[in-house]
Amino acid sequence: MPYNFKNANIAIRENRLGSITGFVGDLETLVKKSEDGTLRNRERCFSQSSSCLSGCALNALAAIRNVAVVYHAPAGCTAMASNDAVKFGQIAARVNKTTNSVFVCTDLNEKDTVFGATNDLRKIIHHTYNTYKPDAIFVSTSCVSGVTGEDVDGVASDINDELPIPVIPVHCEGFKSRIWASGFDISDHAVLQGIVQPPKQKRRTINIKNFYESARPQITKIFNEVFDAEPQFLYCNSTIEELSHLSEALATVCICGTLGTYLGNALEETYGVPYVRTLNHSGITGFETWLRAIGDTIGKRAEAEAYIEKQRAIYLPQIEEVTKSLKGLSAVIGMGPGFTYEIARVLQEFGMNVEYALAWHYDYKYDNGEVPPALEHLLKTSPKDMKVAVADQQNYEVLNILNHYKPDVYFSRHPGTTVWAIKQGYAAVFVADEYTVFGYEGTLSFAKLIRDTVTNRSFEKNLAARIKLPYTKWWYEQNADKFIKDEVKK
Amino acid sequence: MAKILDQPRYKCALAAMQTVHAITGAIPVLHSGPGCAAKLNDNNGTSGRFSPNIFPCSSVSEKEVVFGGTGKLRSTIENALKVIDADLFVVLSGCTSEIIGDDIEEVAGNFENAEKPVLWAKTPGFKGNNYLGHDWILKSIFEQYLEREEVVTAYSDADGEVKKEKGLVNLFVAPPQQDPYWLGNLREIENLLTAIGLKPNTIFGFGRGIENLKKIPQAEYTILVSPWVGLESAKYLERRFGIKLLQYPVLPIGATETTKFLRTVQEFTGADKELTEKVITEKEAEFYYYIERFADTLLETRILGKRFTVASDSEYAIAVTKFLVNDMGLFPEKIFITDDAPKVHQQKIIDEVNNLNYGITTQVQFTTDGHDIHEQIKNADFAGTPLIIGSNWEKKLAAEIGGHFVNVSYPMLEKLVINDHIAGYSGGLHLLEQIFTAAMSKLKL
Repeated sequence: MPYNFKNANIAIRENRLGSITGFVGDLETLVKKSEDGTLRNRERCFSQSSSCLSGCALNALAAIRNVAVVYHAPAGCTAMASNDAVKFGQIAARVNKTTNSVFVCTDLNEKDTVFGATNDLRKIIHHTYNTYKPDAIFVSTSCVSGVTGEDVDGVASDINDELPIPVIPVHCEGFKSRIWASGFDISDHAVLQGIVQPPKQKRRTINIKNFYESARPQITKIFNEVFDAEPQFLYCNSTIEELSHLSEALATVCICGTLGTYLGNALEETYGVPYVRTLNHSGITGFETWLRAIGDTIGKRAEAEAYIEKQRAIYLPQIEEVTKSLKGLSAVIGMGPGFTYEIARVLQEFGMNVEYALAWHYDYKYDNGEVPPALEHLLKTSPKDMKVAVADQQNYEVLNILNHYKPDVYFSRHPGTTVWAIKQGYAAVFVADEYTVFGYEGTLSFAKLIRDTVTNRSFEKNLAARIKLPYTKWWYEQNADKFIKDEVKK
Repeated sequence: MAKILDQPRYKCALAAMQTVHAITGAIPVLHSGPGCAAKLNDNNGTSGRFSPNIFPCSSVSEKEVVFGGTGKLRSTIENALKVIDADLFVVLSGCTSEIIGDDIEEVAGNFENAEKPVLWAKTPGFKGNNYLGHDWILKSIFEQYLEREEVVTAYSDADGEVKKEKGLVNLFVAPPQQDPYWLGNLREIENLLTAIGLKPNTIFGFGRGIENLKKIPQAEYTILVSPWVGLESAKYLERRFGIKLLQYPVLPIGATETTKFLRTVQEFTGADKELTEKVITEKEAEFYYYIERFADTLLETRILGKRFTVASDSEYAIAVTKFLVNDMGLFPEKIFITDDAPKVHQQKIIDEVNNLNYGITTQVQFTTDGHDIHEQIKNADFAGTPLIIGSNWEKKLAAEIGGHFVNVSYPMLEKLVINDHIAGYSGGLHLLEQIFTAAMSKLKL
């Protein structure tokens, strides 16, 4: 696929990757339909609020140190600004840095929707530059500025000529895509379009695309010692200067195929930086496959093998000991697709039965045209009829499924989702941190976390006995796909 | 004109979905983008029986932008009524659906005969912030719900007259969730009203809700404790049901203001005067019992200066200033008001802030430019260690200038408030606990 960094717009996942938000069936059917290209979306006639792509896109950009995001939007769209300021401040503090990134809103009002506000936008961008002297400014559209047709590209282009820093338009209309992961691609596109320069020299760096980089110390150590390379974490704590050199890295890896696909494939195709497509770092198989794939890509396979052998001796006996107590436990998972299939694999490694794997969306191919590796792997290790669904974070479907399968434990990854399983009386593990199951050590602590969670059920039993559930009895008697319509014809 | 919202301290009108959410048993149904609710949620005590993950939402996408979204809204409401075990549904519109002209009134109107009430309110984000949205939503609920036949029957006698209940007082304080202390403060003020013999009627939080909403017309009075937020909906009750309105513009914190509040309420409602004075005497004695016990600490914490600033919404800007000046003998440096209070209310707010003991006055500025607020605070002369009362945004500033910092208002991200309160006599003590905890955590000479 050719990448066009002259145009601020990119195709959304539905159109680019054939991504879908509605599917109910089994694993084999999902993979088969993905491979033969017959997978079609099923829309819903009832939905509950989920997430918006602009959060994904602008969160990623605001994580870069010392930049400004100017959001051409009404006040509510910027509600995440305070959260980002605190969160990214804390993440920077973890590596003894500070960040002065700001998130500024144009607070669009009714008059602006009628008469337009591009001149005010222009002033606010200048004001933001003069006040904070950021290293780059991202100027984002919103639902409102998108529908009213504010010429954000024009304003950004003019100001780009006037200021000594990149001013980059970001097209973040929330209604644009049902798949909020499209926002990841939009932020990558903005970085590739406005910041990344063509390579001048190779560097011994490896780009690593992640969310909140909590395993930064461990990864830095492994990359230094095993790969003789420096990790370039994206985007938290990175600087505009560092990002300008992404094209000079030895390789790009990511912690989540959903998160990394656009940046990884675009850097590979445009600048020849190899993109390591593999399982992620979770669990023993995942971690070893991940390390070997990086080693293969940069010519350090032998070093990776030596590291694996040493670590195995320390951790495998301990993991085996803890997982004895997990064998035979049943689980339901509800996460983004990048993690659902990875965590399902880890639970299988522990000897647990994954009764149902729900992914919030599903990309039937990545930007390289292939089925996600985690899914292909899962097909080899799972019972053929393992139930899978693409559930768009629809809580009513999740609770219906939990009620039907009554698992020993539920796993989720998005804020405000785990609590509902607990209220229905099920033990639940919130796998918020993308590095919860990082490597051997993380796998061991994850196994302990599951053991402790299923053992002391006091909290969920106490709560479930005293609360009223949000759904009707009628709903629990329906099939989970009651409101999912038939496949949409292409 | 578009303006710079640097360090946002309010959200948009749709964020007042939190007002619906706070009425036990009621749920908002959003005609908006799929991510609006998640974005506008604070995770501050919202995982109750419903949460944004449960709010039905038409999830407006490009298709609806092009072809209209009323069909999607209709099926969302229709199925929400089957799936969600709620007692009251309030359809709220977001930006996109309003711009494309979807008529939510008409769609909601189709459900007039549904088993559960389906109400509606227009709350597009570009029309105003969530302080305004709170008022619009309440007014819509009053206008639509209180006219429903079964509700009218509940509050009327055989002749169709409203059955007034002696001493019943509707009470509204601050927008749920936006004010982190909304529930604790509301309960504390309820307790005070109960103590002087009134029967407070509130619709928010545990054990209240729709049954109390139905009783609203039966009240003799409405008390609105707020400088401006919620005024339109309270006035509506006055117009429609003849319920006399007492707007008390100050959230009472500490002895001076709480006593003044109780006397004003007593006079307005004709509550038992003797009882009110007895309550005041007891509560003040108790308040000063604690102050006396800690007077040495309060006086001898050398690192706390005499001057403070507030960067907050109108409610807390007024309330904290009054308390610290009139109860604690401090002086306000400039006061920054960040809730985008409408122009018509601004002079009254300025006057209220400056209605202080000993003719003490201060400068008051209405602004949404957080950076500018911080620059001004940095340049102000506190004649000692600055005390900054505000939102989470001021934490970094306070660290930078070595000041004391207490977070009382939105955003509040590094502090948990479950049911704590800073209103009333005891609330004043709670606020002092926080101020002096901040001061005592610094080096004492």
